[in-house]
Amino acid sequence: MFHKRSLGESIFSVVNTCFMLLLCFVTLYPFLYVLFASLSDPAEIARFRGMLFFPTGFNLDAYKAVIDNPMILTGYRNTLFYVAGGTIINLFMTTLGAYALSRRNVYFNNSIMLIIVITMVFNGGLIPTFLLVNSLGMLDTPWALLLPGAISSFNLIIMRTAFQAVPVSLEESARIDGANDWIIMSRIIVPLSMPVIAVMVLWYAVGHWNSYFSALIYLRDRELFPLQLVLREILISNSTDSMTTDAAATDRLDIGITIKYATIIISTLPILCLYPFLQKYFVHGVLIGALKE
Amino acid sequence: MPNVQRNIVKTATGNRAEKKWSMIKKDIIRNRYIYLILLPVVAYYIVFHYGPMYGLQIAFKDYGLADGIWGSPWMGFDHFESFFGNHYFWRLIRNTLLINIYELLFAFPASIILALLLNEIRRSFFKRIVQTISYLPHFISIVVVVGMMIDFFARDGLVNQLLGMIGLEPIAFMQEPGWFRFMYVSSGVWQGIGWGSIIYLAAIANIDPTLYDAARIDGAGRWKQTLHITLPGIMPTIVILLILNMGSMLSVGSEKIILMYNPMTYETADVISTYVFRKGILGADFGYTAAVGLFNSVISFILIVLANSISKRVSEHKLW
Repeated sequence: MFHKRSLGESIFSVVNTCFMLLLCFVTLYPFLYVLFASLSDPAEIARFRGMLFFPTGFNLDAYKAVIDNPMILTGYRNTLFYVAGGTIINLFMTTLGAYALSRRNVYFNNSIMLIIVITMVFNGGLIPTFLLVNSLGMLDTPWALLLPGAISSFNLIIMRTAFQAVPVSLEESARIDGANDWIIMSRIIVPLSMPVIAVMVLWYAVGHWNSYFSALIYLRDRELFPLQLVLREILISNSTDSMTTDAAATDRLDIGITIKYATIIISTLPILCLYPFLQKYFVHGVLIGALKE
Repeated sequence: MPNVQRNIVKTATGNRAEKKWSMIKKDIIRNRYIYLILLPVVAYYIVFHYGPMYGLQIAFKDYGLADGIWGSPWMGFDHFESFFGNHYFWRLIRNTLLINIYELLFAFPASIILALLLNEIRRSFFKRIVQTISYLPHFISIVVVVGMMIDFFARDGLVNQLLGMIGLEPIAFMQEPGWFRFMYVSSGVWQGIGWGSIIYLAAIANIDPTLYDAARIDGAGRWKQTLHITLPGIMPTIVILLILNMGSMLSVGSEKIILMYNPMTYETADVISTYVFRKGILGADFGYTAAVGLFNSVISFILIVLANSISKRVSEHKLW
């Protein structure tokens, strides 16, 4: 809608637009810098000062070193396993809980909801959880990353709200036709709640993809390390040495930097590629959560 | 009440309870599938959420791995006393509170301000692009974000190169205790501002548009409309998120701090939860750190209850 703008409003409009452009630049440029630097010649990037707007020189050695690194490869493989396995478990358990708690015919519904909500404001904390996982014999097994977080109570509540929105009459007519709860859940409620389920898949999957802390606590065996833990060693603890053994000492230092950049690109590539397609679902999910509140 | 009457009441409730129990039994048999569906979920919550709560008793015990949770001898509040007497105690409290207060002061309003500014953009194409870009960092893992920070803010990193061009001395951002809180909070804003704004944009979209029309007829400009319609319109959302933030105050951030800090910055970076991680998981001092963790949880719990009751009194918005 158009209306006559005052001078103040016009100035605000200009300032606001500039601010938004600045925000976009500050958000995107770090990634662009990393991308350009990863493609650059290591020796030139070591001498280069200031902002990059294209690669200086061109060199793919860093990418070769990253792809040849066996830890990156096992890390990738493990992460894919944790993402797939973890998300399936999350989804299965959350759906069960959301379905059962969205029905009106369960006697202990409210008390179980209370039990769940209590865990959202009070928990045993890091140490008792660690000891529990230890005493269940899950330390240093993939189960430690898959089971303790099998349900996010917040997601459970969102999904329950969505399930409650499915008309009761559908359920009743299915019951008359002889369907039990299992069939009603899997054939009626879940197919009708696909948008929410899709959001849950994305949230859980991204969570597994990005998580490093539980792996840091529960895993000692390097063969089980997810990608993020490998990244931590390369980016934070600064150990690119294992990847550069066949280079001379000074070259090694130079290429070490580009290896870091190449590692960042390779490890975030899946998210960056999927992001444009998934974005609307991510947003949709937050909106579902917001409406609930 | 005379005795006779009281007895009648008692038998009546006894009968009622019995009746109820038999009804429940009948219901469980008739609706057995739904109880079967519920079973793994309840089991999960009991094992993985209430199990650790049961394990919290080691905070009051001289815990030995061989004796187990139940077999270890009680020792009362000794762990708590040694934590309160620890010379790190005030440092941990100070760091935990300061980091959280800064987040509350800067990061929390940042998303609200962005949502309000985005709302003022009329060209929807530009608005969508800004939104898409600003959400992106939320999906980048914290390891990569901190890795990029360490690189860009190194002594010879990009930021110092740019500072050098305008004639400033290089600053070792990641090694100086004085910079830690700034780095922590500002990187948090960078990563979360866009994502945080979604929920407020949704709240803004739900505001009745006739309110704006009425305000415009009354001669209110954009600024007045924002102040008197938009802001009050999203107030319930702000309050609820604020309460939730208060509750997670003392536990927030440890995953990122563990990546960001180093012995040089412990002075300003070490918070209760990172201390629990170092002493407990890395140092295997379980009983003591469980006590520290319990202290943390209890304070968080008190904060969330407090925030809720204050907001109930002040603004009539509440979480429960």
